Amino acid sequence: MKIEVSNLFFSYPGGVDALQGISLSILKGEKVAVIGQNGAGKTTLVKHFNGLLLPTQGSVRVGDLDTTKTTVAKLAARVGYVFQNPDDQLFCKNVEDEVSYGPRNLGYPAEQVAALVDDALSLTELADKNETNPYDLSATWRKMVALASVISMDTPVIIFDEPTTGQDAVNVARIANVIRELHARGKTVITITHDIDFCAENFERIIALSQGKVLLDGHAREVLGQEEILATTYVDPPQLTRLGKRLGLPVVVRNPDEFLEAYQKLPTNLGDPGE
Amino acid sequence: MAVLKLHNITYQYPLTETPVLKNINLEVQEGEFLAVIGPNGAGKSTLCYTISGFVPHFYKGELNGTVEIAGVETHESSLSQWVVNAGLVFQNPFNQISGAKYTVYEEIAFGLENTGVPREEMRERVDRAMALTGITDLSERSPYSLSGGQQQRVALTSILVMEPKILVLDEPTSQMDPIGSREVLKVIKTLSERGMTVVMVEHKMEWIASFADRVIALYEGEILLEGTPEEVLTSPELAIRGFGISRYTQVARQAGPLGLWPPDQRLPITLDEAVDGFSRSQP
Repeated sequence: MKIEVSNLFFSYPGGVDALQGISLSILKGEKVAVIGQNGAGKTTLVKHFNGLLLPTQGSVRVGDLDTTKTTVAKLAARVGYVFQNPDDQLFCKNVEDEVSYGPRNLGYPAEQVAALVDDALSLTELADKNETNPYDLSATWRKMVALASVISMDTPVIIFDEPTTGQDAVNVARIANVIRELHARGKTVITITHDIDFCAENFERIIALSQGKVLLDGHAREVLGQEEILATTYVDPPQLTRLGKRLGLPVVVRNPDEFLEAYQKLPTNLGDPGE
Repeated sequence: MAVLKLHNITYQYPLTETPVLKNINLEVQEGEFLAVIGPNGAGKSTLCYTISGFVPHFYKGELNGTVEIAGVETHESSLSQWVVNAGLVFQNPFNQISGAKYTVYEEIAFGLENTGVPREEMRERVDRAMALTGITDLSERSPYSLSGGQQQRVALTSILVMEPKILVLDEPTSQMDPIGSREVLKVIKTLSERGMTVVMVEHKMEWIASFADRVIALYEGEILLEGTPEEVLTSPELAIRGFGISRYTQVARQAGPLGLWPPDQRLPITLDEAVDGFSRSQP
């Protein structure tokens, strides 16, 4: 399901011009990160994808639907949205009810709801916590419940708003794993993130926003290599990208494996062929 | 001189079955910058609450052991008296800002109003604290109209204005974008350089390496490691137990067996250290 944004402008009541002429399209099955400083318009942009916000000018289409002519309820079957703060979205008395709520609300038959819930719980490693009250879980697991409650809706598009904020290394790896699996299933995954290392290690396409406009949009390697342009939206390249650059690597590297591969190929490291 | 002493602290929240802090012994010297690291659930926030008196005054549960600042123990004091000993900045400024005040200026003055500080002194202290954190120009704004970095500086200022002996920060930048983080960290660094005693929970290893005098690694409620940033942050224990580690440390550790990191070189935490080691490994 393609998302098509044409010449999108959005102003909040009171006159903050949050988006100023954004055009882009996101194809089915893409894995996209949206980056940029606070106030760049990231959340405002993605809230247009499920109709939570409607364009002041321009248009947003999700598949064949124009968001201005479609109810949020209808868009909810196409675009799932995981809030930054799980406490903004959790309200049921146990994890299973919470995760069932979305698919049930979309009107799926009971067996399908059960299957979707089982799948979402196992993907988020929550299967053993299905009877727990979400608020008896740690913040880490509440985050996973928030993910599961949207994954269970089986929408073709899933948006994550800052999924790694406040999460430890173990849970960041768990979230990366969920994103990888959703992508493998052909879902479109759109993630807002400030965690540039996480972004580099998990996303193929990066859209950098600045002051309501698209600053950069392309393959992660191209975008992350643009140190000076990224600096204008206060994004530092990932640690290993910076290290690679300082050591004179000829390519932009995004993770330890890419770094080591490129570093080994540096002429000075090729060593004695007789060894 | 130790300004903060935790002696045999064990603490269990109400209605829970296991203690979240177990037998913690810790001293923090005056002017020291102590960083606290640990996975989610290690007890980091609870340690912050314990130092700043929320345990036992707000969170009940079962507390054993003592927390002492400048010769007074938490249980001998009330929470409103304890604010001059330790002030806590929460992870999320949204949880700290009172919601009762329309302007930043009033928000900063709120704590002083509640402790009955005379009006003239209040003005002076509010102005001084705001200048220190660089938010003077936000004084007439609504706290809710601000960016995350600005809100966190307001939260920090509302604590500083109470002039606590120890500043406790619980992942103060985890909700911020890089520019917000930098704003907040710059202020914290300045405060530390001016002699403030700081206890800060933080995940970003590069910053810890450049800020902290000492680091403790908490794991399942206990102090697993304690030492200088160099000792603690490059310890192989961290990766094994699921702590976040610097990508520089991680890549250098992987590079070792490939002969790409000098065997006699300490693993790096910062970019400069990584550049230095990798450059040395080249023939």
